Amino acid sequence: MIKSTKKSVVGSSASSGRIKAIDIVNKGLKRRYRKEKRFRLYGMLSILASVAFLAFLLTSIVFNGYSAFLQTYIKLDVPLEAGMIDKQEPGRSDFQGIIKSAIRSYYPEVTERQDKRELYALFSSGAAFQLRDTVLSNPPEEGTTLSLWVLADDDVDMLMKGHMKRDVPEGSRRLNDKQLRWIERLEADKRVEKRFNTTFFSAGDSREPELAGIWGAVKGSIYTMLVTLALSFPIGICAAVYLEEFAPKNLATDFIEVNINNLAAVPSIVFGLLGLAVFLNFFGMPRSTPLVGGIVLMLMTLPTIIIASRAALKAVPPSIREAALGVGSSKLQVVASHVLPLALPGMLTGTIIGMAQALGETAPLLMIGMVAFIVDIPGGFTDPAAVMPVQIYLWADSPERAFVERTSAAIMVLLAFLISMNAVAVVMRKRFERRW
Amino acid sequence: MQEVLNKKNVEKRILAPRESRDTIGRINVSNPRMICRDVNVYYGDKQAIRNVSIDIGCNEVLAMIGPSGCGKSTFLRCLNRMNDTIDNCRVTGEILFDDKDIYDSSIDVVPLRAQIGMVFQKPNPFPKTIYENVAWAPRIHGIIESKSDADEIVETSLQKAGLWGEVKDRLDQPGNGLSGGQQQRLCIARAIAVSPEVILMDEPCSALDPIATAKIEDLIEELRTQYTIAIVTHSMQQASRVSQRTAFFHLGDLIEVGATEAIFTKPSHQLTEDYITGRYG
Ligand SMILES: Nc1ncnc2c1ncn2[C@@H]1O[C@H](COP(=O)(O)OP(=O)(O)OP(=O)(O)O)[C@@H](O)[C@H]1O
Ligand SMILES: [Mg+2]
Repeated sequence: MIKSTKKSVVGSSASSGRIKAIDIVNKGLKRRYRKEKRFRLYGMLSILASVAFLAFLLTSIVFNGYSAFLQTYIKLDVPLEAGMIDKQEPGRSDFQGIIKSAIRSYYPEVTERQDKRELYALFSSGAAFQLRDTVLSNPPEEGTTLSLWVLADDDVDMLMKGHMKRDVPEGSRRLNDKQLRWIERLEADKRVEKRFNTTFFSAGDSREPELAGIWGAVKGSIYTMLVTLALSFPIGICAAVYLEEFAPKNLATDFIEVNINNLAAVPSIVFGLLGLAVFLNFFGMPRSTPLVGGIVLMLMTLPTIIIASRAALKAVPPSIREAALGVGSSKLQVVASHVLPLALPGMLTGTIIGMAQALGETAPLLMIGMVAFIVDIPGGFTDPAAVMPVQIYLWADSPERAFVERTSAAIMVLLAFLISMNAVAVVMRKRFERRW
Repeated sequence: MQEVLNKKNVEKRILAPRESRDTIGRINVSNPRMICRDVNVYYGDKQAIRNVSIDIGCNEVLAMIGPSGCGKSTFLRCLNRMNDTIDNCRVTGEILFDDKDIYDSSIDVVPLRAQIGMVFQKPNPFPKTIYENVAWAPRIHGIIESKSDADEIVETSLQKAGLWGEVKDRLDQPGNGLSGGQQQRLCIARAIAVSPEVILMDEPCSALDPIATAKIEDLIEELRTQYTIAIVTHSMQQASRVSQRTAFFHLGDLIEVGATEAIFTKPSHQLTEDYITGRYG
């Protein structure tokens, strides 16, 4: 096809006696522009497709998860009779019992054992802790009645949020008709309210969805990322600078280079196995801790950081190095004063990518016991902790309907964490990027 | 067919390893600053410089001329061991500076390069301010300690390089913001800020207009009173204007060396004559 047009051009110009290059160029011009247009179209389509997918993903997460930021509370009047609160040690009083009697006094008609149990089930077991905190922080006088907004059970919460339908047959919902009537009475008394879910942002994991929070995992992630960053950034940059600027070019360094490139492609679970074998079994470090998790993730991010840093170093023009060497600086002075400042933005980019990878990683942590049910909020690098992706994985695996929305909410928190982490890095990169 | 064969033969003759040609002219001077004897340079297996012996005298400007690719830059870079930065480059022979072979294992290249400064073919200021470009090297060598020392050395160096008047109000601006000619003079200021004894210049004016070139030539004339200068140039006029002695290189050999006047008026070697009269090159 193309060949034939070419021939005709040459033929026609030959017949007119002179071959003008511009005629051939003009002839092909249309085809070239068409090609360009087509290419642009492909580019636009692919961007459109990725934006659409991203939008779909984000909306579905937000749609599923936004309701987790609200939580149903029930107003409960708690009469404090004499002897209910322990005088010597108020913290050791039977708060569970006080709550139960408060509930009973609101529903005096419930007398059957079975009914009582079903009634209590409408309230979260966290209500007793709420009462305890209130009493301890502000000891009330005996005989007063405390008016307390206590957490509703997750089933009630789901009902209030519309995730559980009232008009389906009794057998196919988790609350029976009797319980529904009790709730309707609370609603009629305006004793049910959805409020901002502070528990979600301040608590650790829990078996009870209404008591479960992401904060423990956020802190675990913070500690883990700190360990990863503190180790992988300096080690990665030192390794890259050494390999690029100081190491002789021989078989050994070639071998190292090939291996670093290979390591970047190793499945992350392998690093977890390594962590298990070396750090837990050999060095005897504590399991399930940010310290070990951070070290394992450091191993995983190092190749990324080294490769990006070496690329950044390679991009520094050699004339700068020659200039500095030419005035008699040592190699270290060349690197520290001229090469590193120019390469740092690129190195930071590599670090961002590596850290983002590490933040979302679960597989290697599986091997070192970080996929565990951990209620306490970690207070340091050696406390057992979960990290956010692990928490998401655990909740996604839970049967309760209330954990579904919490899973999506946790993903949102993870994304927010990632975005703020990257924002910090971008700002830092901008500051270093004042290249002339 | 015959033609192709002939051409191949000619190429073979040119590229084949051959006996080095003897240098015509006096290679030694009465008061040498650097003495080079039987210098050979190899890039891998390929020999770029063959048995070059030459002296560089005190307070003289030595011009190196020759066709492109003949090894002028290679030889110049040997003189302060800049070739060390090229992985497969190997140097044999003797280059004496202060009666010591600079390729001796006991020689430290850091102080050596502080004494033998270099100005590169392409201006390569540091990506820093004009002030820092000049002050950085003296500072790392410990020549300057205080801010006032630095100010002084920046001013005198820029003045010597003929740049002070143009930049004295914008010292805190980036060096890369200067024009090409100004950048080259900045590089010269940077080189003389550490008070070297020898300055090597690799085609310092190749990217400059005649006015900037004239400024740099004036500068070289002035610097000669204090420094020893070796300059590579493609301009015959420049060589005859600034240098006292001229060396002509051809395909890795030093063909002829002598007083500039003599070389340009009555060259002894046929190749030299062909080159300076423009018949070859
Ligand atoms: N890094 C290198 N590796 C391999 N060969 C090199 C290298 N640098 C230079 N050469 C070769 O050495 C020879 C001399 O090069 P050199 O740069 O010294 O030439 P030159 O005389 O400075 O030329 P020009 O006037 O064009 O700058 C050339 O044949 C060149 O191809
Ligand atoms: Mg050259």
